[in-house]
Amino acid sequence: MNLRATLALLGALALALFVVGEARRHAAATPARRRFFRHRPAAWGLFVLSFFVTLAIAAPWVAPYGPSVTLEIVTLKNQPPSLLHPLGTDLYSRDVWSRLVYGSRVSLSIGALAMLVAVTVGAVVGAVAGYVRRWVDTALMRLVDVGLAVPRIFLMLMAIALWQRLPLALFVLLIGLTGWFGTSRLVRAEVLTLRERDFVAAARGLGAGPARIILRHVLPNVAAPIIVSAALGIGNVMLLEAGLSFLGIGVPPPLPSWGNMIADGAAQLATAPWTTLFPGLAIALVVMALNAVGDALRDALDPRREAEWDTDGATL
Amino acid sequence: MTELLLRVRDLRTYFVTEQGRGTARAVDGVSFDLHAGETLGIVGESGCGKTVTSLSLLRLIPEPPGHILPGSFIELEGRNLLTLAPKALRAIRGNEMAMIFQEPMTSLNPVFTVGDQIAEAAIVHQGLSRRAARARAIEMLKLVGLPDPETRVDHYPHQLSGGMRQRVMIAMALVCGPKVLIADEPTTALDVTIQAQILELLNRLQDELGMAVILITHDLGIVAGTVDRVLVMYAGQVVESAPTPELFARPLHPYTEGLLASVPRLDTPHPRRRLHSIPGQVPAATAWPAGCRFHPRCPYAWDRCTVEEPPLLDAGKGEPASHVVRCWLLAEPARRTRQP
Amino acid sequence: MIALAPLVSVQDLVKHFPAGRALWGLGRPRPAVRAVSHVSFDIAPGQTLGLVGESGCGKTTLGRTILRLIEPDAGRVIVDGADVFALKPPELRALRRRMQVVFQDPYGSLNPRMSVRQTLAEPLVIHRLANGTEREQRIFALLDEVGLDRRLAGSYPHELSGGQRQRVGIARALSVEPKFLVLDEAVSALDVSVQAQVLNLLADLQQRRRLTYLFIAHDLAVVRQIADHVTVMYLGKIVELAPAAELYRGPRHPYTTSLLSAVPVPDPNAQRQRLVLAGDVPSPAHPPSGCAFHPRCPHPKKNERCRTEEPALREIAPGQLAACHFAEEPMQ
Repeated sequence: MNLRATLALLGALALALFVVGEARRHAAATPARRRFFRHRPAAWGLFVLSFFVTLAIAAPWVAPYGPSVTLEIVTLKNQPPSLLHPLGTDLYSRDVWSRLVYGSRVSLSIGALAMLVAVTVGAVVGAVAGYVRRWVDTALMRLVDVGLAVPRIFLMLMAIALWQRLPLALFVLLIGLTGWFGTSRLVRAEVLTLRERDFVAAARGLGAGPARIILRHVLPNVAAPIIVSAALGIGNVMLLEAGLSFLGIGVPPPLPSWGNMIADGAAQLATAPWTTLFPGLAIALVVMALNAVGDALRDALDPRREAEWDTDGATL
Repeated sequence: MTELLLRVRDLRTYFVTEQGRGTARAVDGVSFDLHAGETLGIVGESGCGKTVTSLSLLRLIPEPPGHILPGSFIELEGRNLLTLAPKALRAIRGNEMAMIFQEPMTSLNPVFTVGDQIAEAAIVHQGLSRRAARARAIEMLKLVGLPDPETRVDHYPHQLSGGMRQRVMIAMALVCGPKVLIADEPTTALDVTIQAQILELLNRLQDELGMAVILITHDLGIVAGTVDRVLVMYAGQVVESAPTPELFARPLHPYTEGLLASVPRLDTPHPRRRLHSIPGQVPAATAWPAGCRFHPRCPYAWDRCTVEEPPLLDAGKGEPASHVVRCWLLAEPARRTRQP
Repeated sequence: MIALAPLVSVQDLVKHFPAGRALWGLGRPRPAVRAVSHVSFDIAPGQTLGLVGESGCGKTTLGRTILRLIEPDAGRVIVDGADVFALKPPELRALRRRMQVVFQDPYGSLNPRMSVRQTLAEPLVIHRLANGTEREQRIFALLDEVGLDRRLAGSYPHELSGGQRQRVGIARALSVEPKFLVLDEAVSALDVSVQAQVLNLLADLQQRRRLTYLFIAHDLAVVRQIADHVTVMYLGKIVELAPAAELYRGPRHPYTTSLLSAVPVPDPNAQRQRLVLAGDVPSPAHPPSGCAFHPRCPHPKKNERCRTEEPALREIAPGQLAACHFAEEPMQ
């Protein structure tokens, strides 16, 4: 590991610490942030996430080598961690740390993008079904039932059969389009209770149209469950990506993702465990961090979680 | 009067709010006595500390953020409830002192029949068998005037109307024959017709069972025909306390006056064109005003009120301390000039 | 007053809620809930009609159907010359500027994610009434008018007290400068002291803006403060309709008498004979035969006829209508 990479890594750590520290320092500013940091693991989760996001953005500086650079296929393959190669090298003498850093780009963006697709579709479908009801609701919800009943892996295998080598963009889209069913149910249930609330009736009484009511009055009030389910969902997508890449139908090599790194190293598990251990650890860390942040967001976004005592008022 | 049941002295319940918003002094030095068979009304607006007072009596304040300050004293028949072990305390809650709440829908568990819920207290506190407890539950439902108790005992809360649910709540509270019943706004969520039914029921049950009742409400109209003595609370303190006829005949605290004048009434020949209303609202419990806590809303307030906090002054004509008022007007009655 | 053409005219309004079918849609249809059946009344401009009854009597449904927040099954409603049920969506939207509603629950009627400013700006945006600084000025003027501090504009509903929230709800309704307001239990959830403040505010606004109110409540003492006429509903039907002074002086229907008697009197010496109505309102899906009130009726002359024959709403005295076989011999 050279000086530049070391410095960049230290820089990334420092930046992540700075982000958390800064967020905490201003935690008292709004009740939402106060509720967020009331969860002890939330700060750790935020730290882990900001660290990996920094790595992904600054990959060319943090990684000492390119992602697919084979250093010396004979003498430098399957080297255990050392000062020069902090996480060792793999079967093709590639630096595991460099691949892990570049892999974070792929894995994190797949997770985030796929979830964005899923949440958008899910929120729109759920809101429309819940607000319009009648046959629209019935049709959409039957579609969701079917979607939930068909195993995702089966759909992915079908897609592979159709395209053989799946383009990455299509892969992300597929994960997103097979992942919105749960969100749409969640949103629909919330919308069904919201549309009976008086403030929705008041908006209708003022002459607001359906689009305005859904966008201004309904969706902002279901934002909290949507964001929380998205935060938890990114972790799921990353695990799915890892699983699919492990089966060889995910991210095509030599592009590194944490999933296909594990797949590559699986054969040498006994002789070179570091090739699988570190990407596995990265996945576990990020998923745990996302869960912690998701839980904290749930509280942060819900003013009713204030749990403070008004003396005689509404909270009693 | 008859034997002293409950003695509360200098009760202070504070809540620590988060991040520098200070301490909410929800209940700030409340004292009163409750005798056997007596009905006490605690009256005040939302935010004046009446609900926290009643929850403190049963030690139902969540700690933290709340705590009852040392120096406070709650004594039920000679036992100090503030030093009692949790187990001994549980034996009192629901058994010797019971409580009914404002919202009968959320206070009942939706997945159990009303019979099960009434029977539970009898099983826990009195060790009754299931069969005996069920019989007891039917008996209680009959007592609170629920029609067809043998069938209703197997109904779930959602099958009952609001008034019936409040009757069930009362049956639950009374199943162990408590000495003190605390009713926190028991009729606020109900129609006036059902309110009249529930108030009449409470009156009848008290006559029959001889228990003491604490009735908490924001409506002085309700206490008039129901309670023996009224405690008016404002900003965590008692501001006036008197026997009911005395209070209505001679309300001395400007706050009591204001509350009384804001009740819309049917017993006047013509409706007043405007109701009197107390200007402004109850301040936050974290920042009670200095001096008399009511002075920013008081029509009579003068400079003394803004700096010097009045103690409870005796205005009793007969018995000492039967009518007490926390107001400087008692010391300077000439200041009571303009009618609000 | 009588010479004036009514601003609001409700004619033979009917709203039934289908109850669905037993056994998840496979069994026989359950009887429909007759929330509002054949209700008619007028409100003159600048006047207040009090609408009173217990929960489940259909008063809230009636209010919302008049505003066409709920679609009716039959009948006609004329508001300010417009036939509400015959309007197409764009015309209805335009009419909504002239009729507004204030709800009971100050917690549920404001969007928890919108600040006071956003809540009050929305109607101005929908009807393109004001922009930029003018909009801001209008919002401040509304806050002043309902007695709210301008500094509260940035607050969210959970930061406000119940009374403040209700004032925001009133300001929102006023923002489009309506002529007709439905006040649906607008003061029922408030403490008496706050209730008095809001009642006074409503009276002031009515005078200043020449508003016409339909004031829905369950407490006749509150209604007396504000209403010119009062109508009493029981199980979806009007049982009494009279000028306020006559109704409070001499109610003709035993149900009105019972409601009056249920109001607590803040006077411990008033040892009056409390007439406590037994039981609850029956289910509107299964109304009793004959006079729907007969199972609970305290009238001493109640007889077989009440059980079998439904009394018509008829004029007992000038302007005073009641639906009781014994309206000529009212209870004390």
